[in-house]
Amino acid sequence: MSNTVVAEKGTQGGLAFFFTAGCDSFAESLKKSVLAALWFMFLTFPIMVIRVDTIENTIEWRWLNLALIGIGTFVLSFLWRWMLARKELNKGAAAKESSLERSLTLATSIPAAKWTLLACVAVVAVGFPHVAGMYQTNIMISCLTYIALGLGLNIVVGLAGLLDLGYVAFYAVGAYAYALANMHWGFGFWTILPIGALLGTLFGIMLGFPVLRLRGDYLAIVTLGFGEIIRLVLENWGDVTMGPSGIAGIDRPTFFGIEFGVMNSINYMYYIMLGLIVLTIFCVNRLQNSRIGRAWLALREDEIACQAMGIDKTKTKLMAFALGATWAGMAGVVFAAKTTFINPASFTFWESAIILSVVVIGGMGSIRGVIAGAIILILVPEYLRAFAEFRMLIFGATMVLVMVFRPQGLIRAKRKVYKYEKASVTGAANE
Amino acid sequence: MSETVLNVNEICKDFGGIRALDEVSLTVHNKEIAALIGPNGAGKTTFFNCITGIYTPTSGDVLLKSKEGQDRRVNGMKANHVTELGTARTFQNIRLFPSMTTLENVMIGTHCRSKSGIWGAISRNRKSRSEENEVIEKSYHLLELVGLEQYANELACNLPYGKQRRLEIARAMATDPFLLLLDEPAAGMNPQETLALQDLIIKLREEYDMSILLIEHDMKMVMSVSDSIFVLDYGRLIASGNAEEVSENPAVIKAYLGEGEDV
Repeated sequence: MSNTVVAEKGTQGGLAFFFTAGCDSFAESLKKSVLAALWFMFLTFPIMVIRVDTIENTIEWRWLNLALIGIGTFVLSFLWRWMLARKELNKGAAAKESSLERSLTLATSIPAAKWTLLACVAVVAVGFPHVAGMYQTNIMISCLTYIALGLGLNIVVGLAGLLDLGYVAFYAVGAYAYALANMHWGFGFWTILPIGALLGTLFGIMLGFPVLRLRGDYLAIVTLGFGEIIRLVLENWGDVTMGPSGIAGIDRPTFFGIEFGVMNSINYMYYIMLGLIVLTIFCVNRLQNSRIGRAWLALREDEIACQAMGIDKTKTKLMAFALGATWAGMAGVVFAAKTTFINPASFTFWESAIILSVVVIGGMGSIRGVIAGAIILILVPEYLRAFAEFRMLIFGATMVLVMVFRPQGLIRAKRKVYKYEKASVTGAANE
Repeated sequence: MSETVLNVNEICKDFGGIRALDEVSLTVHNKEIAALIGPNGAGKTTFFNCITGIYTPTSGDVLLKSKEGQDRRVNGMKANHVTELGTARTFQNIRLFPSMTTLENVMIGTHCRSKSGIWGAISRNRKSRSEENEVIEKSYHLLELVGLEQYANELACNLPYGKQRRLEIARAMATDPFLLLLDEPAAGMNPQETLALQDLIIKLREEYDMSILLIEHDMKMVMSVSDSIFVLDYGRLIASGNAEEVSENPAVIKAYLGEGEDV
């Protein structure tokens, strides 16, 4: 057994393996790469080679581009096959842990290292707005918002396995709850935060009831519809929601009645969001290793067996929907307070898709995974602004690469390890 | 005989125009091991599904002894309510929760006997903590009972086949049943494992006062453990009785071996 592993490792590193990866012979892989290169040259011919100069009425033929694409594709196709083949070989190893996961496990297994790590994260998180500028802080707030949303959706999708594509609806409910209450009655942020969360819960249950019998694709379609309905209502019910023009001039949160200037209030917003995240992580972490959390997992794994083991499917599903929506409602209130202006365009399907990507790419059911996913998906496009028009291309490519090479997500969920002290129950252990 | 715990009275189950179960009646007494046998496709698993609430029988009654000692009619009830009343089952094609640990699989079984809710989970107050400890303790004992305690923190999907079957039994036991329904518990096991399973089943009856109804194709095991045997064929109950009576019954021999054509 160990011999074959060594042998595989040996071939894996070899140059011969690189050139023949995924093929029977070098000739075959050469043929494949040449074909791929020709195909890409053909595909990109109109956009990369021909340039029409409409002023001079001339056509410029950029043959160099064609050659570069050919050579590039040729080399990359070798690399691609090599990476795929390596992934196939390491399938057994991949089922265990990646180096990132391993180091995380190691770090958290030693209490001292765990607390130092947590303290470092806390110091960085608390100090961030003082070191970075307003722009950076703003970006970080939106990243934190997505972490909160991701952790909320993680309960529904990651733990309970209910594919929800209309999650942004609950986010909208929270945001509009604060905006409307503030506009009409002048309610403050802190009053509406719990009310927004509660409204989220209520809408979660409202959506939950009709979709109890659905699963998988069907559930996804219905929730997608629900999300769109909420958005359309917001857009068209002008008397109440102000329609597409949205609601402006929403109050920023106050600190025991004290108002801040723009700069300080952004920092304040950041700390509120940070507090919310800590609360969310605390709650989700405790929930996922509880009786309820286990029931969610069981529901995700096998619905029939779960019911046969005495779990009330209806109650468990509703609980997942309601709790997930609670966090979206809360995040919505914070979002409205942060931007001071909301309109239905902020709550499109695109948002739901991003939140879902955060959960899937990060790792379903894993808190650390969701945080990593949000950081990558929200911060990467922001910092890629330097690349201007290639921004979305790189963003898409990152997603494809993660899905191909780590389909289980960046950081997978780990189950709790239970320790059992026999001494405490010696009397009962005798049987 | 002692009191009956399960009394099935002429149940029928139709799937469209096909009658999968045709007036099947069957009783299981307290602390009895009963076996349900029959050729493939005879309707044995359908029968189990009708009892446990996964299917609703088209007609007939399924009566289950309740805690108060009266009979409760359970057809049409949801599967989880039937389980709460005190039946638990295993599945023919193993239905564990693969990405949960062995211990967690058993802990799921205790769900309907414990109470802590969302608030308990988040606050981890004394009540939910002590309940959680009890659950862990009970689950460990059940793992010890089926001999899987050293795999407690292993993912269920990494267990070998025979051990997965034993884990299913432990999970079913965690729901505190008085009637255990085992759907082909020995399928895919080697002779040693089957013998160990046989011992386990007898132990469950002796030590935990279980009444057991099992579906099984391993005739050696069926004949040696069961007090009474019921034979299904094409959805009909064709014979019942103890091991000897059934094995000598011409209808059973015909169902299993077919009838000679030579006249």
